[in-house]
Amino acid sequence: MHLVLVGTSHHRAPVELREQLYVTAPENPELVRRLAGDEGEAVALSTCNRTELYVVDDDPEAAQERAFAELAALSGLSESEIAPSLYTLADEAAAMHLFRVAASLDSMIPGEAQILGQVRGAYETAKEAGTAGGIVHRLFRQALRVGRRVRSETAIGENPASISSAAAELAERVFGTLEGRRILVLGAGKMSDLATVNLISRGVESVFVANRSVERAEKLARRFGGRAAGLDAVETELEDVDIVVASTGARGHVLSAEQVERAMRKRKGRPIFFVDIAVPRDVDPAVNDIEGCYLYDVDDLDRVVEESVAGRREEAVRAEAIVAEEAEGFRAWQLSLDVVPAIASLRARAESIRTTELERAEGRLNTLSPSERRAVESLTAQIVNKLLHAPTVRMKQAAAAADGVLYADAVRHLFDLDERDSSARQPGE
Amino acid sequence: MGELAVILVWPALAGYLEAAVAYVGDGVRPGRLSRFAIWGVRIGWLAQTALLVVQAARAEGFPWGTWAGSLNLFVWLVVGAYLIWGCRAPFRLLGLVVMPLAAVLFVVAWLSGGAGDGNGDGSELGDLFLVFHVGLILAAFAGFTLAAGLAGLYLWQERRLKAHAPGVLRQRAPSQAALDALTGRTILVALPALTLGLAVGLARLGSDGGGFDAVMAVALLTWAAYAAFLLLRYEAGWRGRRTAYLALAAFALVAVALVPVTHF
Repeated sequence: MHLVLVGTSHHRAPVELREQLYVTAPENPELVRRLAGDEGEAVALSTCNRTELYVVDDDPEAAQERAFAELAALSGLSESEIAPSLYTLADEAAAMHLFRVAASLDSMIPGEAQILGQVRGAYETAKEAGTAGGIVHRLFRQALRVGRRVRSETAIGENPASISSAAAELAERVFGTLEGRRILVLGAGKMSDLATVNLISRGVESVFVANRSVERAEKLARRFGGRAAGLDAVETELEDVDIVVASTGARGHVLSAEQVERAMRKRKGRPIFFVDIAVPRDVDPAVNDIEGCYLYDVDDLDRVVEESVAGRREEAVRAEAIVAEEAEGFRAWQLSLDVVPAIASLRARAESIRTTELERAEGRLNTLSPSERRAVESLTAQIVNKLLHAPTVRMKQAAAAADGVLYADAVRHLFDLDERDSSARQPGE
Repeated sequence: MGELAVILVWPALAGYLEAAVAYVGDGVRPGRLSRFAIWGVRIGWLAQTALLVVQAARAEGFPWGTWAGSLNLFVWLVVGAYLIWGCRAPFRLLGLVVMPLAAVLFVVAWLSGGAGDGNGDGSELGDLFLVFHVGLILAAFAGFTLAAGLAGLYLWQERRLKAHAPGVLRQRAPSQAALDALTGRTILVALPALTLGLAVGLARLGSDGGGFDAVMAVALLTWAAYAAFLLLRYEAGWRGRRTAYLALAAFALVAVALVPVTHF
């Protein structure tokens, strides 16, 4: 059986094509059933950045043709038109690619967290559709493990990759958890909306929106279940809030250092974190010099994000090593499949001899007590296992070195084995 | 047994030095080095624990009666207390403050004979009364050292946050709120130990009829400084930079008091 991957991603295809190739959740089960055919296996991984079809089949060319045809049908283009935007990988290369995808090394921003869930989702869909067999099980379980390993053994996903998440993480560096914290939003624009959503997702408790137009402030406040007022209420609110997100369209400073200083005197040293994403800036830069005040404007946040993404790229080198190690493991497993039937036959033959000989000695064993009989059973099983352990290991090692078929044939010949000797073992068992 | 003590000094020293170097390296370039550092701390501390056990087994009385021996015990207490937090990733950076100090003090203790086999004569501190006195005071001072480390870390991180250092999030560190709270809590635990240690010492002084000396004056001044810290922190509501400076100032007093106290 061979593994074939046909797909495209943000590296090859513009967003217009990726939109056309997107496989919706209801479409996915039918698609993978068509791809898998009667005896194959298939998974369709489709996100906003990629659509990839993983097909397992005895005939890799047929699998590739089916995948091409499906993608062409999805895009509404001919196969020759869509071909330049697609990539095709087979066996070990396909597995390595999936491991890189699961490790978020192929993502637009290395270390992004969503992809692992999307890989899991695609695998679950294939399982439910009945198109996940031994190879897909092994491949996707290992891919999920690679994703988890990369996230736990490297710092690839630890630092923020957007301005709003950088602001939230900096706030966490000041306050620890954001649960129960209060936030003051100055301005009711899209930017403050994004930053506020990020902070709320991390546990911020109450939101107060202040805007020149109270009506717009109320609209935004309703969205977050908060309160609203005009800008004149800001100084009073400063005494209570922990985080200020400013993004009004005002031409001058909305918050002066004097206002903040007055509020800080009443806060008894409790810190306050300012995120000023407005241009021109809303908060007087001198606020950063006040004890207990931390002020970040949009350029400061940009620099934090740049440094953070650079750090993710450094960590990606370590992640690649993990991917390579796991890909080697998958390759060895895939090669070992060549010897699995021979090993299964050998073990089945040995077990058959053991049970036959025990049955033959039934008359003599009748005098044994139940515990003595169990001991004999266990002893004979152990002898068989110990005798077969070394040849099993050697055959698997030989398979990893690509001599597996040779060894398997030799074992079949030496022990006069027939494939019928083995029970129907599935790859991956 | 004596040779064993000498042999155990080396892994302890190597562990602490390796941890100190790895923490400095991690401070310069955050990454894998912190993992090596924490293993250095663990190995060094276990070796030093074994060393103290050997010293205790060999001695007839309190084996850390000399100032160098007390310093050895003090280093063990500081590193042990650090391990409570140091094993948690965000607090590993504290090692940047604690481990170089521990390594240097351990070297001083060793060069002065406090970590070898010649320390086990039981000396003049051979009764339980003084064991409590010295043990509690050293434990309190270990707590104050950690509190100073936490306060230093707070001020260092505050400077980086205010300077908008681009790599501020790449360095794993506790939040400012956590550092502030832990500094307070550490002193909250250490001060009662110091109080008890001083009370035991004063009771002994009363029964022996001894006089008040400079060492006791510094120790009482240290107690007053930390008591003031707790009052300002928990009653007057001081937070952040001010309490960090206060913890560091009080620690300067500890540093002055430490040498004579361990000199006994």
